[in-house]
Amino acid sequence: MINLAGRDILHGWGKFLFTGVGLGLLIGATLTMAGVFRGMVDDGQVLIDNSGADLWVVQQGTLGPYAEPSSIRDDVWRGISGMPGVAETGNAAYLTIQMAHAGRETRVMIVGIEVDRPNRPGAPPYLAAGRPILQGHYEAIADEKTGLKLGERVRIRRHDYTVVGLARRMVSSSGDPMIFVPLKDAQEIQFLRDNDALVNERARTAANPAFNRPGVPGLLEAAQGAATQSRNVNTVLVRLTPGADPEAVASEIRRWKRLTAYTRAQMEDILIAKLIATSAKQIGMFLVILAIVTAAIVAFIIYTMTLAKVREIAVLKLIGARNRIIAGMILQQALGLGFIGFLVGRVSAGLWGPAFPKYVLLLPADAIAGFVIVMAICALASLFAIRAALAIDPAEAIGG
Amino acid sequence: MDRPDTPAIRLTGLKKRYGTGDAAVDALKGVDMTIWPGEVVGLVGPSGSGKTTLLKCLGAVIEPTGGHMELAGETIYDHGWKIPDLRALRRDRIGFVFQAPYLIPFLDVTDNVALLPMLAGKDNAAARRRALELLTALDVAHRARAQVSQLSGGEQQRVAIARSLANHAPIILADEPTAPLDSERALTVIRILNEMAVQYQTAIIVVTHDEKIIPTFKRIYHIRDGKTHEEAGEGRAI
Ligand SMILES: Nc1ncnc2c1ncn2[C@@H]1O[C@H](COP(=O)(O)OP(=O)(O)OP(=O)(O)O)[C@@H](O)[C@H]1O
Ligand SMILES: [Mg+2]
Repeated sequence: MINLAGRDILHGWGKFLFTGVGLGLLIGATLTMAGVFRGMVDDGQVLIDNSGADLWVVQQGTLGPYAEPSSIRDDVWRGISGMPGVAETGNAAYLTIQMAHAGRETRVMIVGIEVDRPNRPGAPPYLAAGRPILQGHYEAIADEKTGLKLGERVRIRRHDYTVVGLARRMVSSSGDPMIFVPLKDAQEIQFLRDNDALVNERARTAANPAFNRPGVPGLLEAAQGAATQSRNVNTVLVRLTPGADPEAVASEIRRWKRLTAYTRAQMEDILIAKLIATSAKQIGMFLVILAIVTAAIVAFIIYTMTLAKVREIAVLKLIGARNRIIAGMILQQALGLGFIGFLVGRVSAGLWGPAFPKYVLLLPADAIAGFVIVMAICALASLFAIRAALAIDPAEAIGG
Repeated sequence: MDRPDTPAIRLTGLKKRYGTGDAAVDALKGVDMTIWPGEVVGLVGPSGSGKTTLLKCLGAVIEPTGGHMELAGETIYDHGWKIPDLRALRRDRIGFVFQAPYLIPFLDVTDNVALLPMLAGKDNAAARRRALELLTALDVAHRARAQVSQLSGGEQQRVAIARSLANHAPIILADEPTAPLDSERALTVIRILNEMAVQYQTAIIVVTHDEKIIPTFKRIYHIRDGKTHEEAGEGRAI
């Protein structure tokens, strides 16, 4: 038996291919949508992984440091590092800024890390190029996505920083590339005001009789210093000794330090379940709509293709072709269309994915699931056409 | 010519009513007809007299509403279908040639013909061999690999005839097979049908209005107001 579906497709392959490509672009958009979601999850995941922490100690009662603001004194790590099970601690400060560099505006996350000795949690686990930060000031490690080059000098607020290292896939939970700087610099960027504000602040403090008391020398200077110096960080990253129970250490910290501590699992829940929950639903809605649109389009195309063959189908029935053969022909064409569409969709998603500003992660598992869903949709959509074809009266072939 | 014992087709009192109630049309009001293997019989009558309806009933394409129908001695219809698989009946025992040669446009000439044996379960090579044999007999073998749309009307009609013969169907029903053809080509088609009838002992009914070909039939059924009466034809040689 010859393959009727294949012959029909070959006969009008231009139209079929064109339709398949059109469908493919739609499927490509759908796969990209799924990739955007996976990218968001992955952004959260790499943020957790690359921080090198087992516990995050944050301001009491907050979901910090990524999902909510958190501010703690930068000396609480001393108390934590002495606790059983704690191997290493590191202060970290995060803030997202708009950076103008080389005529381009980029949103970046400045990450302040401890650089006094290597191996403190917070620094990028590996570098694509360059070296770690060695100086206590004005050196930076930038994610490649910032577009910065090794050795380049970049201005962040009031100071110029030298890019000494390049990192890869170091992004914030919203996908902004990171720039690592020494903690002190980050604190300055985060908490210091500009000169005018400082002058204003000083004047105001000086005008306050409580701080500017005659006969108490040094009080005004101390008050002004306290107001202009930041001693806060957003979190203390804690690395545990091998074998330590994260939950046990976390609850110790909660109990004794009056701080909130999150384990890796809790942080994943915050970043992946809570932080992107709304976006995930949003994308989920899109996926559902795109699936329905795809189904409608395939159903419509296959239905139209079938109606265009009413006469041929009537002839086939007249000369004794079984319903199975006719239904098979339509089903195969629907699946063929889905196959072309999927191939085109997967390839186009792969091509345009990297051009998206945010990370698009196309998982093979998603592609397989997508393929199965596309094929199922096509099979389902062909049912209308098959029903119409089986209702065709062989007498129509004879006419009057 | 000595006749075989069993007629290829025997109809007694065959009726067909379209629709019901006020809208009912009695297209066939009791048709009697006997066709023997190896003969080409003409079926003529004015427009709307029921010629196509009769062919559709014979071909098990529509269901009659009364009477009796026998093919090669087997009762096919007797106030209801008597065999379960009408599509297999059409596939194996009846060949159709329509007014317009409805070939399958996405198959080439050979496969249009070979499709029938394939549907009947023959392997592709055997089916194509059979197709080529018929195309040769009908003088269109040189167009065997052509697309249907590239054939002339007469060539298409000959391919359609080849298709109707492909499964060695003992009966061929041809509804105005010569309508789209000029008279010379029309006569050629009729000559081919006659040759096939003799060669394969096929019973062939040809519906026609064509004055040129009516004289070629040895036997003619006239149909008027849903009833037939038989008449001897001139049987003129082509
Ligand atoms: N499907 C149908 N439903 C109702 N009436 C029909 C149907 N098909 C045919 N008829 C009627 O039955 C009668 C016979 O029609 P039929 O098509 O058999 O005529 P015909 O002899 O083939 O005519 P023509 O030479 O014009 O092809 C006509 O009156 C026609 O209107
Ligand atoms: Mg007719």
